[in-house]
Amino acid sequence: MTIAAPAVPTPRIREPNWFLDFCRQQPLGAVSFVIICCMMFAGIFSRLVAPYDPLDIDFASILGAPSWEHPCGTDAYGRDICSRLIFGSRTALVIGFTSSFIGSTLGAVLGVASAYFGGRIDNWIQRFMDILLAFPLIVLALVVVAALRKFVIGGVDVNLIFAIAIPILPRVARVVRAAALSVRVMPYVDAARAAGYSDTRIIFRHMAPNVVAPYLIMLTAFIAQAILAEASLSFLGLGVTEPTAAWGLMLSGNAADFYREAPWMILFPGAAISLAVFAFNLFGDSLRDYLDPRFRM
Amino acid sequence: MVESVLKAKTRNAAPDTEPLLVVDNLHTQFNTSRGIVRAVEGVSFTVKRGEVLAIVGESGSGKSVTALSIMRLLPRQSARISEGRIIFDGRSLLDLSDEQMREIRGRGIAMIFQEPMTSLNPILTIGLQITEPLKIHLGMSDEQARARAVELMGLVGIPDPEGRLDQYPHQFSGGMRQRVMIAIGLACNPKLIIADEPTTALDVTIQAQILELMKDLSRKLNIALIIITHNLGVVARYADRVIVMYAARVAEQGSADAVFHKPRHPYSMGLLRSVPRLDRPRGAKLETIEGLPPNLALAPPGCRFAPRCPYKIAMCEQEPPLFPTDTGGFSRCHRHAEIAAGKITWAAAEGKAVNTVATSVEPLLSVRNLSKHFSVGGRLHKGGVVRAVEDVSFDILPGETLGLVGESGCGKTTVGRLILHLEKPTSGSIRLAGIDLANATAADLKTMRRKVQVIFQDPYSSLNPRMTVGQIIGEPLHVYDIVPDRTKATARIAELLEQVGLRREMAERYPHQLSGGQRQRVGIARALAMEPSFIVCDEAVSALDVSIQGQIINLLEELQRKYGLAYLFIAHDLAVVRHISMRVVVMYFGRIMEVADRDTLYREPLHPYTKVLLDAAPVPDPTIEKGREPRLIKGELPSHLAPPAGCVFNTRCPMATQECREVVPPLEQKKSGHYAACIKV
Repeated sequence: MTIAAPAVPTPRIREPNWFLDFCRQQPLGAVSFVIICCMMFAGIFSRLVAPYDPLDIDFASILGAPSWEHPCGTDAYGRDICSRLIFGSRTALVIGFTSSFIGSTLGAVLGVASAYFGGRIDNWIQRFMDILLAFPLIVLALVVVAALRKFVIGGVDVNLIFAIAIPILPRVARVVRAAALSVRVMPYVDAARAAGYSDTRIIFRHMAPNVVAPYLIMLTAFIAQAILAEASLSFLGLGVTEPTAAWGLMLSGNAADFYREAPWMILFPGAAISLAVFAFNLFGDSLRDYLDPRFRM
Repeated sequence: MVESVLKAKTRNAAPDTEPLLVVDNLHTQFNTSRGIVRAVEGVSFTVKRGEVLAIVGESGSGKSVTALSIMRLLPRQSARISEGRIIFDGRSLLDLSDEQMREIRGRGIAMIFQEPMTSLNPILTIGLQITEPLKIHLGMSDEQARARAVELMGLVGIPDPEGRLDQYPHQFSGGMRQRVMIAIGLACNPKLIIADEPTTALDVTIQAQILELMKDLSRKLNIALIIITHNLGVVARYADRVIVMYAARVAEQGSADAVFHKPRHPYSMGLLRSVPRLDRPRGAKLETIEGLPPNLALAPPGCRFAPRCPYKIAMCEQEPPLFPTDTGGFSRCHRHAEIAAGKITWAAAEGKAVNTVATSVEPLLSVRNLSKHFSVGGRLHKGGVVRAVEDVSFDILPGETLGLVGESGCGKTTVGRLILHLEKPTSGSIRLAGIDLANATAADLKTMRRKVQVIFQDPYSSLNPRMTVGQIIGEPLHVYDIVPDRTKATARIAELLEQVGLRREMAERYPHQLSGGQRQRVGIARALAMEPSFIVCDEAVSALDVSIQGQIINLLEELQRKYGLAYLFIAHDLAVVRHISMRVVVMYFGRIMEVADRDTLYREPLHPYTKVLLDAAPVPDPTIEKGREPRLIKGELPSHLAPPAGCVFNTRCPMATQECREVVPPLEQKKSGHYAACIKV
């Protein structure tokens, strides 16, 4: 006997050019991707793009308003804000993105593992997260920076990245664990267990892809926080220090003293951070939708 | 208290000449990203006062959308009633303002939904939820509303209504919650109640009680009732008239007797024949309607059923109108007259009967004194112990199908999970092909995993939405190195897909692009990929439509014949279990009540629980249903935290005596191969 194969029209198979496909399905995502690319370009080729040296002090044009020579004005030392923003994108991307990525990813893995194993392991992981959550972000970062020595690779302080990543970790772990708990009881996870797959396989192949939505949202949201945390640490003399160009530093340093006379000193760095955060958020959302096969028809 | 309700009814009863509800040429459509979906097309019917109308159809046939259109509860943004009239009690509902429509809902028409677990707000007391419509619609004071609520709860058969009024929904069982929903529906003396799958989420013994109650109330209070259901058996006893819907249209309409005994549309004929039935001898193979219902967004012209119809002719390419039939109903089939003349009958399916297996062989699976207790409550406050499975023993031979039946909460799913090693037993042993699962080594477990596979109930959540069908089926091949390389794997995936009746191109698709039946086939293919000798089918067909259910059961039987598979078939539907199983185990409240081979169990059940279970199962035949005695079973499942002493069934058993409350009956052999746990037999 044959069982009639129900006739349904064949669906469109995924296009080979995923990038064009992504742009067509997610136009906003494509726009944000362009913004992120611009930032990366500015960060990598700062020397070529920037009109001035970001450290050049020019006492002739202190607190200069935006003009043709200085499109974003100058700061209290007469440094060109536009150039400092371009150089600052390097720090923002490296510290902000990397620390948020490391913190969120480790947090997500711990969260999924915690939900999958449950019981005692879950309890231990979550209590450890409680301890991390008990300290304010800055205090925890201070402890980490103080405990580890400065460890610089390619002009970037790796310990600073970890100092910011560690406080992010428990926050993501909490949210991802909650999502993973609901995935944990899905029959397809039981089916995978009944098939005798390894724990690693179930966590990474069957559970992790189904908690990608909260993970991406947390990841992109924490990029902004990481940039600001970096600024705070810089303010305390632990992160990137003056005179290095960094967005957070430009916003938090002596800018506060001059904002009445020279609002551009905070306007442009603030806009840069907002734009970066906005781009990452939008890109994360689009990526989430694009990666979810249920959104594809 | 019934009297006062009756008085209220007679006071505002209008002359019974005109029908209460007229639905005329209703068209409802949804705007979706895939185009316009015409969910209801040209549906017309009338409901008289006090009449019970059943609308039967598979999922997607438009039966629920019809109900929501009458209530005007469709989603505002996407749905539109494009044509037609709905006249209720002399008023055209489609012309009313939102404010006037709110008056009608509740006071004129009440609606009861499928899920009693989620239709009540968990943080409000039952009393508050019953009195709410009374205060809003009838402007009653607190005391009046409370008195009326107590009266209503008595009316729907809730014991101790005064005391239970201040309880919360979680303190009520599923059946009791559905009674509360009915009480809320009745609160404002509606003239019409629309019940959308009112008993689908309930156990068979509770289902009978609820339907009995609804029919009773409708007769007593002269309330018209529209029951929407996919289960033909449910409506046979209660419906005066039946509408069969298929793909957004009415396929057939007529009196219950006519539709059940003399169907005049091939779809109704097929639907009636594809349900496994307890009142007929068991056929060798289930008859099925092949194929799938059409996609409503791109439905072909002509008869909607033609692609699946065994009797289609050239004329079927033209849209058939609703023809009046010889039985006084209507049928949307060009060949209705030939059906009436007896020239067309549904061909009986061929196929060999499944033989029972020789009993001398070594059992493949042997379960001994298996128990599983769950402790409830945290570490600090000692909660109770739920004995989900208690002292369960049975064997399954190679190539045999053992049916495991029982109501929800009887532990049947837990038994399945214990065998699959998804849970660890509290005590007892499970031996599978010579391996004792309790002290198996990692290597043994790996062998065992390949031998035992599982098919789950819900085809929507049992497949990982992020993986393609090919990846899902191919994963075990890859993990267990069943095939040497990638090309061999692709070939094997295609072979597996064809074995379960799917085309090989399906490997590229994602689960959400498939229908329920197709997904269940993918689930079966995934299980087969491991080349198992034993498959646990946990309610494998209960989430599927009737016509699809038959296809899957036949597929399972065919695979069993081909590969000598053994099945543990866990289900609550007695008729399905009878069809597929060779031996049957009946469980209640974590214990085995009766074990016998299929024919013996259904012909001469010994245990009183099996008897009431068989008695409660509805049969799709109005003559049998209307003639039968009221059902035996009373009451509800006891709480797992306070299990009854002695025999667990004594609280509901019609034969229970003092002795039953003291002695736990052992499972004894009463006749050859027929075991029962009851001291009375």
